[in-house]
Amino acid sequence: MARIDLVDLAHAYGGNDAAPESFALKPVTMTWRQGGAYALLGPSGCGKTTLLNLISGIVTPSRGKILFDGADITPLSTQKRNIAQVFQFPVIYDTMTVGQNLAFPLKNRGVPKVEIDARVRQIADLLDLTPHLDRKATRLTADAKQKISLGRGLVRSDVAAILFDEPLTVIDPELKWQLRSKLKALHRDLDLTMIYVTHDQTEALTFADTVVVMHDGRVVQSGTPAELFDKPAHTFVGYFIGSPGMNIVPAEVRGREARISGHPIALNRSYDALPSGAKIEVGVRPEFVDVAAPEPGLLSANIERIDDLGRVRFARVRIGDAKFNARVPPGFSIPGDTAGLVFDPSHVHVYADSRLVEGTA
Amino acid sequence: MDKTINQKAWFLVLPVFLVVAFSAILPLMTVVNYSMQDTFGNNQFFWNGVGWFKELLDPSTDLGGRFLASLGRNLLFSAIILAIEVPLGIVVALSMPRDGWSVAACLVILALPLLIPWNVVGTIWQIFGRPDIGLLGYTLNNLGINYNYVSNEVDAWATVIVMDVWHWTSLVALLCYAGLKSIPDAYYQAAQIDGASRWAVFKAIQLPKMNRVLLIAVLLRFMDSFMIYTEPFVVTGGGPGNSTTFVSIELVKIALGQFDLGKAAALSLVYNLIILIVCWVFYTVMTNAGNERPAKQGVE
Repeated sequence: MARIDLVDLAHAYGGNDAAPESFALKPVTMTWRQGGAYALLGPSGCGKTTLLNLISGIVTPSRGKILFDGADITPLSTQKRNIAQVFQFPVIYDTMTVGQNLAFPLKNRGVPKVEIDARVRQIADLLDLTPHLDRKATRLTADAKQKISLGRGLVRSDVAAILFDEPLTVIDPELKWQLRSKLKALHRDLDLTMIYVTHDQTEALTFADTVVVMHDGRVVQSGTPAELFDKPAHTFVGYFIGSPGMNIVPAEVRGREARISGHPIALNRSYDALPSGAKIEVGVRPEFVDVAAPEPGLLSANIERIDDLGRVRFARVRIGDAKFNARVPPGFSIPGDTAGLVFDPSHVHVYADSRLVEGTA
Repeated sequence: MDKTINQKAWFLVLPVFLVVAFSAILPLMTVVNYSMQDTFGNNQFFWNGVGWFKELLDPSTDLGGRFLASLGRNLLFSAIILAIEVPLGIVVALSMPRDGWSVAACLVILALPLLIPWNVVGTIWQIFGRPDIGLLGYTLNNLGINYNYVSNEVDAWATVIVMDVWHWTSLVALLCYAGLKSIPDAYYQAAQIDGASRWAVFKAIQLPKMNRVLLIAVLLRFMDSFMIYTEPFVVTGGGPGNSTTFVSIELVKIALGQFDLGKAAALSLVYNLIILIVCWVFYTVMTNAGNERPAKQGVE
C-alpha cells in the first residue's frame, strides 16, 4: 500500500528525442492518494493505457520519476514494484486450475505452501471463486476469468496498487454491474489504491471517487464526479462528460456579460482580465439552459428537434450556425420553430483557449 | 415423407466415382490381389491365400525377419529424430525475434532446407560426408575421428539422423513460431507482474499455447520419417549391410529388386495399415485435446 507520486513523468514511444507534440504522455505531475479509487477516463489513444503501463513498469518512461511512498521506483522492474494489473482481456494460465492460477504469483515468489493455501482460500472466498477452485480455469466464463486475474493480484499481501485496464470490455452488460459493485466493495474492505482505466464515463463516474480525465496525452482535470460535471476545467471535459455534453459556443465576454451572436447573457462573476488574442468561448451544460417561449429579452434559437430521454427532454437548437442543446421544462409545449433560451448564470463558464477562466466575484 | 426421386443425380456422382476408382480403388485392389498370390515370372500366378501375411508377422521366416527388423529400425529412427527435432524446433522458435526486419530474414533462412528436394538433400550429405572429398568427412577424419558412413553402422545412422534434423527441424520451428506469435502481449505482461521466471513463462504460457501446433508437428514428422526413403537411399543405400534399411527401402528391394510381387504387396498393405492406424490415433488425440469432458457434477 502506498501513495504514488508522478513527478514530471512523460513518455514517447519513439524515444526521448521525439517532438514534444508526439509524446504519448505529456509531462504530468500528480499524486495518487493511498487507498483512493481513481478512474482514468479519456477517449482511445489519449495516453491513459500508457500512463497505466508506466506505473506498472511494463513501459519505462522517457522522462520523469515515479515515487511509491516517496521512494523512487522508476528503474525497478515490474516484479519488484508490488503492482497488480488486470488487463482488458482476461489472462489466465490455461493448463492450471483456478486454485493454481491464484497460487501462481505466490509460488513464483517462493512463499511456503501452507501460507499459499491459506491465502488462496481467503481470496477465493472474497471473490466467490471457492466452488471453482479445483476446476480448469479455461472453462469458466469471461467474468469469472477476470475475477481470477484480479485474484492473482489480490493474493499478494504486499500489493501497493491494483491497476485495471478497461477490465469490463468483454463482460456481458448485466454482469458488468455485479463485477463493478464487487470492485467497489473490495475497495472499501481492503483499503487498496485502485486505478481504473476506461473510456466509458458511466463506468468511471460510478467506480471512482476521483476521476482523472485525459485528452491528447495530457491530464486535463482530476476531481470528483460532481466537480467534473459542475465545473469542467477544460472544454474537452465539459464535452466528454455528460450526455449530451456541454454546449460550447464562441462569445465575446466583457465584465459580467457575455455576448453570443450579439445577444447579451448575464454572468455570475466578472471577467475583466481575459488574455488578449485568446479564443473565448462560453460553456454551459444543457441541464442549465431552459427553452422558453420567444421573448424580446431572450436569446432566440431555431428548434431542430426534441429528444425525449424519458426523464427529461432536450431540444436540439441552432443559434446562428452553432448547435446547442437545451432542456425542455416539464409540461412545456413548443410554440413553434423558434424559442427563447433562459440561462442559469451560476452555471455559465467562460473558457479562454479551451481552459476555464475563474472570474472575480 | 415425399422425397423427390431424381436418378439424374447418379450422373453427377459418376465422374468422381470414375476418377476415384482409377486412382485409388483399382490400384489398391490390384495390390490386394497380388498379396494373395505368388509369381515366378512369365506372368504366371499361383494362389497363396494369407500365406504372405502369416510369414510377414513371423520373425523366423526370411520375409518376416526382414520386415520386422526394418520396422524396428524405422520406429527407432522416428523416435530419435522426434526426440531431437521437437525440442530443438521449440528452442529455435523461442530464440527467434518477435518483430522487426530480422523476422523475415529468419523465416526465409529457416524455410530454405524445406524447399530442397529429397534426393538433392541426400546428394548434398552424401558428398558432404565423404572422407576423401567431403568437407565434413575430410575434416572429421583429419581431426582424428574415424568417420566413414559407408563402412561404419554408427556413422551411417548418425549421418542419416543429422541429415533429417538439418532438413526438417525448420518445419517444427516454423510451426512453433506461429503458435508463439498468437500469444497476446498481455500474457507476458501478466506473467511479469506475477513474478514468473523465464522457465515458468515457458511452462505456464508458451508451451500450453503451442500445444496444438506441436501435435501437428509431431504427426507430420512421424509420418514423414516413418515413410522415409529417398534420403537414406541416396546416402547409404540402406547399408552398411542392412543397418539403415527402413521399411520403404526394404519394400522396394523386395518388389523391384527380387520382383516378389506377392510378398511386396502383402508388406505394403501392412505398412499402409500401420500408417492409417497411427494417423487415426493422432487425429483422435488432436481433436480431443482442448475440449475435455464436462466437469463432474456433484463435486461442487
